[in-house]
Amino acid sequence: MSLFVAWPLLSALRYAFFSFKGVAPDAFVGLANFRDVLTSEPYASWTWRALWHNVIVFTSLMVVQNGLAYLIAFALLKGLPGHRVHQVIVFLPVVLSAVIVGFLWKLFLHPMFGMVNAALALVGLPGRPWLGDEATALGSLIFTNAWHWVGFPALIFLAGMQRIQKETLEAARIDGANDRVLLTRIIWPLVAPATTIIFTLTFIGSFNWFELPYVMTGLNGSPGGATDVLGLYFYRTAFGNTTSGLQDFGRGSALAVLMFLFIATTCAVALRYLRRREIQL
Amino acid sequence: MLKRIGRRMLAATIAAGALFAPALAQAGEVTFWTWRQEDRAAYAELFAEFMKANPGITVKFESFAVEQYATVLSTALAAGKGGDVIHTRAYGGLEQFAKAGYLLALDNANVPELANLGDDARASLTLRADGKVYSYAFASQTLGLYVNNEVFKRAGVTPPTTWAELIAVSKTLKDKGVVPLANGMATAWMAEVFTSVFTNPLVGPEFSADLLSGKATFSDARYVGALGKLLELRDYMPPGFTGIDYPTAQQLFLSGRAAMFAGGSFEIANFRKQNPKLDMTFIAPPAPAAGAPRLVSKFFDGGYAVNAKSTNQADALKLVRWMGTKQFGDKFSALLGNISPIKGVTIADPMLAEVAKLNETSAPYITAVYFRYDSPTGSELLQSGIQKMMAGSMTPAEVGASMTQGIARYFKPFQK
Repeated sequence: MSLFVAWPLLSALRYAFFSFKGVAPDAFVGLANFRDVLTSEPYASWTWRALWHNVIVFTSLMVVQNGLAYLIAFALLKGLPGHRVHQVIVFLPVVLSAVIVGFLWKLFLHPMFGMVNAALALVGLPGRPWLGDEATALGSLIFTNAWHWVGFPALIFLAGMQRIQKETLEAARIDGANDRVLLTRIIWPLVAPATTIIFTLTFIGSFNWFELPYVMTGLNGSPGGATDVLGLYFYRTAFGNTTSGLQDFGRGSALAVLMFLFIATTCAVALRYLRRREIQL
Repeated sequence: MLKRIGRRMLAATIAAGALFAPALAQAGEVTFWTWRQEDRAAYAELFAEFMKANPGITVKFESFAVEQYATVLSTALAAGKGGDVIHTRAYGGLEQFAKAGYLLALDNANVPELANLGDDARASLTLRADGKVYSYAFASQTLGLYVNNEVFKRAGVTPPTTWAELIAVSKTLKDKGVVPLANGMATAWMAEVFTSVFTNPLVGPEFSADLLSGKATFSDARYVGALGKLLELRDYMPPGFTGIDYPTAQQLFLSGRAAMFAGGSFEIANFRKQNPKLDMTFIAPPAPAAGAPRLVSKFFDGGYAVNAKSTNQADALKLVRWMGTKQFGDKFSALLGNISPIKGVTIADPMLAEVAKLNETSAPYITAVYFRYDSPTGSELLQSGIQKMMAGSMTPAEVGASMTQGIARYFKPFQK
């Protein structure tokens, strides 16, 4: 098992220090590939732009997707009429593959034939090329991701909420706590372990984001790099884009190593903090 | 201890690789690797003819998904595997494999049929460092303008020959409720094709030579001016054109909702298959003014190479030699609707014959022919820039400057 995990990682690490003669490793170049992707133009601009987009994706998903999931979980916890059906409906998109979801929403957001623009036209609002406009393309992808995944954090939050003793919630209610107070003061600290899991998975998912932007806006992160993220940029650099680029395993491996280090380090630091937070709360 | 573990890991990996990697062909069997899954039937017919003429040799067609082909190929070749005869891309796409030493050099001794190719076809599959040819060109492609004749007839207009006519015709078509130009910008490589179709006649026939000699860069007034002209087309593209992708543009044209489509001759067979009743013509793009040459953009798709590690090189070379004959070229063009670069090939299809005629007034597809050898490629830079320019977030001068700066990393004439 370790062979299949360790060997590719070690190979990527090794390749990151080599220049390539076409697609074959050539000479040891030290940190040159890392310097290229971090400081040399145009690669540096592309790297930082992709990283910035990943940061936007992560932040937005934490707020929009996971925030909504928290509210949905609370609504389901209250056991309102039809909550079981809604539980299934909310979780249903999660079982679909990202490729299906990507194609589906690409159609919905189509500027000429899409359902979204048709709906806007019905209420007299102008449509947009959602995925072709630099101002809305990344937002559209984030929205699609949230639609696809919101059920998953909702379920984790719900499981966390269901572990809270009923007496605790009832006592708070008797003391006059309304839903807002319950959500912010009582439930929030008690679902800290669920938050840790959701934060970690969202972080890893956001910084390894690939399928959805690949299906919806292509390997180039169209339009003009507005949806380019580290996953696409790494793939394009290492394996080449058949219609424009070359395979560059050296710089591609350097990017992969940097992504791995960034995700691993941030996760380790964040987990340490979140675990401590769980105990404190 | 660590060394021993490392050695064992290496041995296990090699063993696993040997176990799972596709094997080279057995004696008498030539495997042909390609990304052209859709051409399986045509190649079966072509190879049947070869096998009839060469008893004792069987050809096995193995295809891979186009998106993964380069990765699968580089991995297999690095492990000493891969097909005996390999379908390769041209220009930089070929060079990265030839440079690594994975392909057999072809010359007049082992493939005398190289003499059947023109200079530009040979150059497209030559490794610049040693000047040797590593693959046998299979098709040339031409970029131009498709016209839906029925839509034009209904609107009472004729195909444009100058830029002014293109704008006038487009205006009439739009007034009659037809989308003049089907193209969108969402598919990056098609945005590059679109750019080349219209800018090549505008920059003129000397521009590419001036670029190569360093007399001009992409910041040259000719190129920046040509990019600026593209902005005039935005009014005549589909609504929300920045979000219109390649398949949508094709369908708009095929269904008659759009009157023109800027694309490549590689569409002909597909368009006919999708709408056999479509009455279309492939024309040269408009000239800047009456009397100026209407340059189509020309490039070579790729070629047939021989794996340097093939255990069956003699048979593989026999197949490549056969694919360099007029007999193969005639049949290839007829079956696949592409122009074979082999001299003297008969092109029976009238539309394809028209494309071949247009090639007499052609200029290279600049970014693909000259600037796809090193990273960042001209194509990467242009594709990103043109999408932004058409959306209004970059100016033509900024697109030209970003291309010049990016390419200057490795292209000496731009380093002044």
